[in-house]
Amino acid sequence: MKALPWDLQLLNTLAALLLLLSFAMLSQRRIVSLVNLLAMQGALLCIATLLLAWRTGSHHLYVSAALTLGLKVIFLPWLLHRLIRRLGVYWDTEPLLNIAGTMMVGVLVVIFAFGLAQPITALASTATRNSIGIAVAVILIAFLTMITRRKAMSQVVGFLSMENGLFFGAMSATYGMPMVVELGIALDVLVAMLVLGVFFFLINKQFDSLDLKHFESLKEDQ
Amino acid sequence: MNVYDWIVQLMGIAMAVAAAPALVGWVNQCRAWLQNKSAPSILLPYRGIRKLFHKDAVIADNASRLFRLAPYVVFGTMVTAAAVIPSIATRLPFTQAADAIALVGLLATARVFLSLAAMDVGTAFGTLGARREMMIGFLAEPALLVVIFVVSLTSATTALPLIAERLSAQSFTLNPSLAFTAVAFTMVLLAENARIPVDNPATHLELTMIHEALLLEYSARHLALMEWAAALKLFNYACIGVAVFIPWGIATSHAPSSLAVSIVLLGVKLLFAGAGLALIETLSAKLRVFRAPEFLATAFLFAVLGLLVRLLLGE
Repeated sequence: MKALPWDLQLLNTLAALLLLLSFAMLSQRRIVSLVNLLAMQGALLCIATLLLAWRTGSHHLYVSAALTLGLKVIFLPWLLHRLIRRLGVYWDTEPLLNIAGTMMVGVLVVIFAFGLAQPITALASTATRNSIGIAVAVILIAFLTMITRRKAMSQVVGFLSMENGLFFGAMSATYGMPMVVELGIALDVLVAMLVLGVFFFLINKQFDSLDLKHFESLKEDQ
Repeated sequence: MNVYDWIVQLMGIAMAVAAAPALVGWVNQCRAWLQNKSAPSILLPYRGIRKLFHKDAVIADNASRLFRLAPYVVFGTMVTAAAVIPSIATRLPFTQAADAIALVGLLATARVFLSLAAMDVGTAFGTLGARREMMIGFLAEPALLVVIFVVSLTSATTALPLIAERLSAQSFTLNPSLAFTAVAFTMVLLAENARIPVDNPATHLELTMIHEALLLEYSARHLALMEWAAALKLFNYACIGVAVFIPWGIATSHAPSSLAVSIVLLGVKLLFAGAGLALIETLSAKLRVFRAPEFLATAFLFAVLGLLVRLLLGE
């Protein structure tokens, strides 16, 4: 068995920790901790990007690492924390499935992601191609987090985690997207977050709660 | 197989049996220090066992033969397990006899006898404890098995001595799957040995207890054997952890010098492991019994994640 170079070992470990954090988010009941976990995920992503930038010597990755740090580690968590304080929503309701059940579904999702990523892994030529499976798993678990929650706030956190997974996937498959695309996505996420923040206030004003099941009453039932 | 191998083997078993109460004493001592209490002597468990051996046994009238037999079976199983686990050397006659999966079965045998004996007399506490013990057991066992699968995958064998040998031959690498598995194993160790997040080893006659409830009807030499077996169980688990996750320095030959190094290193590793255990116990609060499944589900998840990460990253 040939030992991997240490930076690849570190990248693999970071990938594994990203997956672990996704599971932690899946099991977390408190919205404040959920946001903190999201910030941690962003920080791991930032370290991974820096490491990859150093390894491949591609300068645009330094820019995306800085973007990740500014946007996903500092700004968005700060914004979410502020929203939580302003709206006074510290607790999430029980997710639709119980925690252990959600975890088992999560494990199945990871196995599915593994199968899904295999052909992509076979085509990719990067040294980090083994992490593609983990990136797909992170995306799908974030999706699962969105599905199993009812509150708008946790769904948004799930959405942001999904974006983290996509970013990581692009990084491991092709050493990052072109700069234009990356800037576009960053701007998109930023604007989406601001719009959603306004939405939160409106939803909260209309229904006195962020629980999306109230949306069902908008249906006309004649 | 020559005579010398058997001598080393017997020495290993004797060392495990003799040192097990000291490990418990060391954990208690560390815990007392961490909690700013004056610590009991490390020899306290020995004194407790000696005291119990000098007392007269009292047995309930309606106790069956199983009740008397159970302490010997449990203690015997733990001694056998100690023989199977490669604690100081890997090339020993007994360690070839059973692989890691058989070892899990061996530990399960002890649990079944313990629970049956607790239910035998028919007191409420005993039955309660037995049910809880079985609940913890059936949740902890899958996690332990997955832990073993991961290390078996990594070293391509299920025999514990070979696992220890192959893993110690590797140079140190960052291995996320083994790290996750180590976390899972620690959680299983805490649950199986009735340590704090799941059970409080220092409690008596409370509704939350598990391990103590099983032993309530025992006295004198039976109780001494049971407590000794519990100490040996902790020692065995610690030795499995050491052999699998920090195997460096284990003796692969029987030269007296490498054996001596191996014994000293094992002692140092166990000292650190015991101190770590005391730290975990001090930092965490006891979970409600109904939260224990969640704790063990997390352990199982960690183990499965270790397995999946290994498959995904495909090292």
